[in-house]
Amino acid sequence: MTYTLSALLGVVAAGVLDLIVLQTRLLRRKAFWTAYAIVLFFQLIVNGLLTGLKIVRYDSSTIIGWRIAHAPVEDIAFGFAMALATLSLWVWLGRRAARSTTHADR
Amino acid sequence: MRLTYLLILGGCLIGTAPLEIFLHTRVYARLPRLAAAIVPVALVFGAWDIGAIAADWWHYDPRYLVGVTLPGKLPLEELLFFLVIPTCAVLTLEAVRARKPHWLIGDE
Repeated sequence: MTYTLSALLGVVAAGVLDLIVLQTRLLRRKAFWTAYAIVLFFQLIVNGLLTGLKIVRYDSSTIIGWRIAHAPVEDIAFGFAMALATLSLWVWLGRRAARSTTHADR
Repeated sequence: MRLTYLLILGGCLIGTAPLEIFLHTRVYARLPRLAAAIVPVALVFGAWDIGAIAADWWHYDPRYLVGVTLPGKLPLEELLFFLVIPTCAVLTLEAVRARKPHWLIGDE
């Protein structure tokens, strides 16, 4: 269950990045959850293809064993952490640019 | 087929391209900001992947890979995965903003 634990840690780290470090607070925004719902749907397809076609194979001792569309449930946490970290950085960069300039192009 | 994984990633980029074109998400148009958002994430998740490969948490079937292996035994496709999927996520967020401009994102 090492992947299980590290994936959960990844979610916590991304949450800390969003809420505390960069203070983008996407976790409290409807726009983020709407976008994430769409991203999740396609992540399930991509993860399902990668695992269903056996492009990637997991050592069963590293995962808890629950699977959704072929893919280990850990992949959902991994994908969530990746999406949240990216979007938090994206918004933080935009906010920083917006505050440092009055120019509309940011 | 050795192009399989690469084609899946290509499909992600092709599938999200209409967002940039028709919803004017201006994500690729702001390439420096996009790169600054996705490169650090790709480095962290790439390092995670390299560690997982070294620890035998998972492995990739070479029959579905083009065969370019980066340092840390990371298949090229995996590095591209960490660039493509976050890009698609940014495109999706900007597409939501384009359709729901009153839903604030935090950088207005």
